[in-house]
Amino acid sequence: MTDAQASADPPILEVRDIGKTYGSILALQGVSASVGVGEVLCVLGDNGAGKSTFIKILSGAHAHTHGKLLAYGVERTFGSPREALDLGIATVYQDLAVVPLMPVWRNFFLGSELTRGFGPFSQLDVKGMRRITKEELAKMGIDLRDVDQPIGTLSGGERQSVAIARAVYFGAKVVILDEPTSALGVKQAGVVLKYIAQARDRGLGVVFITHNPHHAYPVGDRFLLLKRGTSLGDFKKSEITIEEMTKLMAGGAELDALAHDLARA
Amino acid sequence: MTRTAPAVTDERIKPAGLIITLLRRPEVGAAVAALAIFIFFSVSTQAFLTPAGVATWLYSASLFGIMAVAVALLMIGGEFDLSAGAMVGTTGLIVGIVTTEWGVNIWLALVIALAIALAIGAANAFVVMKTGLPSFIVTLATFFILQGVNLAVTKIITGTVSIQGMSAVPGFDAVKVFFGSSFALLGMDVKISIVWWIALTALATWILLRTRSGNWIFAVGGQITSSRQVGVPVMKVKMGLFMTTAGAGWLVGMLQLFDVSTVQATTGIGQEFIYIICAVVGGCLLTGGYGSAIGAALGALIYGMTLQGIVFAQWDNNWLKAFLGGMLLLAVLVNLYVRRQAGVRS
Repeated sequence: MTDAQASADPPILEVRDIGKTYGSILALQGVSASVGVGEVLCVLGDNGAGKSTFIKILSGAHAHTHGKLLAYGVERTFGSPREALDLGIATVYQDLAVVPLMPVWRNFFLGSELTRGFGPFSQLDVKGMRRITKEELAKMGIDLRDVDQPIGTLSGGERQSVAIARAVYFGAKVVILDEPTSALGVKQAGVVLKYIAQARDRGLGVVFITHNPHHAYPVGDRFLLLKRGTSLGDFKKSEITIEEMTKLMAGGAELDALAHDLARA
Repeated sequence: MTRTAPAVTDERIKPAGLIITLLRRPEVGAAVAALAIFIFFSVSTQAFLTPAGVATWLYSASLFGIMAVAVALLMIGGEFDLSAGAMVGTTGLIVGIVTTEWGVNIWLALVIALAIALAIGAANAFVVMKTGLPSFIVTLATFFILQGVNLAVTKIITGTVSIQGMSAVPGFDAVKVFFGSSFALLGMDVKISIVWWIALTALATWILLRTRSGNWIFAVGGQITSSRQVGVPVMKVKMGLFMTTAGAGWLVGMLQLFDVSTVQATTGIGQEFIYIICAVVGGCLLTGGYGSAIGAALGALIYGMTLQGIVFAQWDNNWLKAFLGGMLLLAVLVNLYVRRQAGVRS
């Protein structure tokens, strides 16, 4: 499946026949996929399909037990999220890791604050952090009047994109987004999809985890479909339609049976 | 900024007006209240605005203010310390007992008392963080332990419930310069504790708003899991906060001991809630993550002015408690309003 780009640079992140067992439970097996520069890989699956396990392997939270994980063509096994982060693989979790009452710029730099001076006299470079926050958000297409407003006052979609912008600023080459649109309304989800496209256009790799084909299809370049811990395939956009994707995800026959049952009732 | 993409704004968010922007500062409410109370007592009593009167309520406010500022930092960090009041007594008693009864050098006694205070603060933090129990319960236990120990141990060693003969201890006058002295300013007899209070308020404000540690204090109080995810050393921050509160208890213990040369075994008991009230009146949220050191200092100023103002006005002293309760309720309501205006979701 990766033959097409074998001659070019290796993808930023690639998994080959990867799997994970927890004791006797096979959480994931035989999954292959890759994400390159300026590409969006959508990982689709219903509940219990193995999406969370897949993210955990990519983000370094859990080490894989089978197959290979390659970053920039080099085989790796991540022992911690820190190791993944050091290679530019950043994960934006559903809760976004923001503090609602704190201003946007303080959230942006939380844990990695810029300081001036040294020792006990070092103090925050407030001006610098405000400016950078504004600039980085502008690059994502968010124009905030006031980076001093509490981040809790932003809409869900905006908060999501602040989290993405933060990951990018701190050196992410691949951003893994864990169900960024699942808690949002139609319009806000659209906002997030726009930011995903924006991140892609800036040359980032994006791994977009979702259970909604309608969110995945417009922005995705490749689609990895998971079901019950196994891969249903890794498709290019040209190889699959949204209807086929929906059908595959739910299991075509089951869906037909359901339609039949409902129709009769 | 030449991009053509339209600004992403949500039509449901009203632009914040000047009032709201101002209200976002947590200490604004306390500042208005302090001013009102100042004017009220200045007009209604003779003694309030005299140099002696001002020195009296400033002194009163300073002792509560030092503690309130430390407690405010702790509350912003999402925790309570109910043992803060008893700590004032404990540290004073330690210095008093080891110097008058055992003849320990007075400077060494100060260090011993500080070390014990910091150790108790660290123990509070350790238990809270390791067990995940609310600090309200953990420090309530510490409070009762200290209260009991203060009385029982003092009785065992001295046979009474207070320390006598402090001023005869060698070196007392040298230490008094730092904790119990006063100087003349604008016709007032300004006690040194007022200088400590103002300096500590300024320091705490700088730390909160302009240092990395301050950022982390807001973060751990606001959303502890998020703080962990972005790499804030949560344990260290909380430990530092509990130790700061305990350290402030030591300072106030010393300020009282070297001012009046004696300490009662019951010193500080019942004051712990006043510190919390001062912090809340000053804009701290009980849920953490929001507040101000200046606000807490203003809260203490309100308390000090009212405490002495009621005396100057020759009212029944009991009105103070009723007033305090009213202030607290008002402050909480204002905070609630502010939080809604700031539009904090989830």
